[in-house]
Amino acid sequence: MSSTNVERHVIQNSDDVVRVRQAVRRAALDAGLSLVDQTKIITAASELARNTLDHGGGGEALLERLADGGRSGVRIRFEDTGPGIADIDAALRPGFTTGRGMGLGLGGARQLSNEFSIVSELGQGTRVTIARWK
Amino acid sequence: MARRPAGLVDIIAAHEDEIIRQWQAELASNGSERRLSAREIETQCRSMLDAFRESAEAGQASERLHDLLAGMTRTRALQGFPISETVSFVLSLKRPLADAAIKALERQPAAALREVMAAGDLIDGLVRNVTEAFARAREEIILHQQQEISELSTPVVKLWDGILALPLIGTLDSSRTQVVMENLLQAIVDEGAQMTIIDITGVPTVDTLVAQHLLKTIAAARLMGAECIISGIRPQIAQTMVHLGVELSVVSKATLAEALGYALAQSGRAVVARRPAGG
Repeated sequence: MSSTNVERHVIQNSDDVVRVRQAVRRAALDAGLSLVDQTKIITAASELARNTLDHGGGGEALLERLADGGRSGVRIRFEDTGPGIADIDAALRPGFTTGRGMGLGLGGARQLSNEFSIVSELGQGTRVTIARWK
Repeated sequence: MARRPAGLVDIIAAHEDEIIRQWQAELASNGSERRLSAREIETQCRSMLDAFRESAEAGQASERLHDLLAGMTRTRALQGFPISETVSFVLSLKRPLADAAIKALERQPAAALREVMAAGDLIDGLVRNVTEAFARAREEIILHQQQEISELSTPVVKLWDGILALPLIGTLDSSRTQVVMENLLQAIVDEGAQMTIIDITGVPTVDTLVAQHLLKTIAAARLMGAECIISGIRPQIAQTMVHLGVELSVVSKATLAEALGYALAQSGRAVVARRPAGG
């Protein structure tokens, strides 16, 4: 698999979340994703960017434009050095939240992506990777 | 006693018209200043050359020259001129000055070179001024636009007696949602509204935070005695919301028109055609 063009976006405030969303929109458009798929990956990225900010205390998003033979897509990795997630299965369950949100974001992001992986270590931080292919 | 060779000041004074003419020709040939009339350009060239002569006399850029240039740069920046045009306006003075100096000091190449370099140094300094003035003007514009955007009100519009509409446009962050919600609740009180249509056609992304803001607004409106209808959920947004697991437990309609029809029907009104369509 080959991938090109990695963009790094810092996430330190809510304006950065908007910027990440716009960058993902551009990348999704370039990858030729359908309107529905664009909306899905943008929304998933929005959820994860906000998690990075609210729960991870800020971090960064690495946006990759994917090209694999005839396929194209977008992959985004969100990394923070926050407190980490104690129980990932619980965190993915709809309605589970440690904050004041709806508790739908993380699980929702998984539903909205073709690829989803999460690595988290208590006290070390969390890394969530999502991708959406054309 | 040998006569002191002519300085930049004398050269400018003696060759003013020629310099201006050549300067204008330079500007025309490099394609800048298309947006200004020949007369405007000449006026600007003359006043700047005048201030430049004064600066040459003082040996450094005068206050007047600074102000003149800063004002010119600012006006151009506000009119949307690219910085390159203002910079090339200043740089295009180099050549005519050099030519005039060479002509005036034909037999004194060393003196000519000195004057050309002096003029060049002055002009280089001016370019720095232009860049700074341009950056300042642009910052002014950005600040102004930011204020305008934040003032972009999200108006609550009255569609009918007791029926309000709130057309939402753009990103719904927390601070803006707060303003929107307050406006809406106040309008509900002022109008004694029973129905409120929240139209989200102009909201690009509906994630869980936006959904939560919407739900809070709906709950608050309900406490004020107004029922909410959501309209303008586009197909891709609907699919995304289903995947997210977000449920807006309210009546929702595809378009604002349908929502208005529903609201009218709920309040016991109907829109009736006075004569058959097409008649």
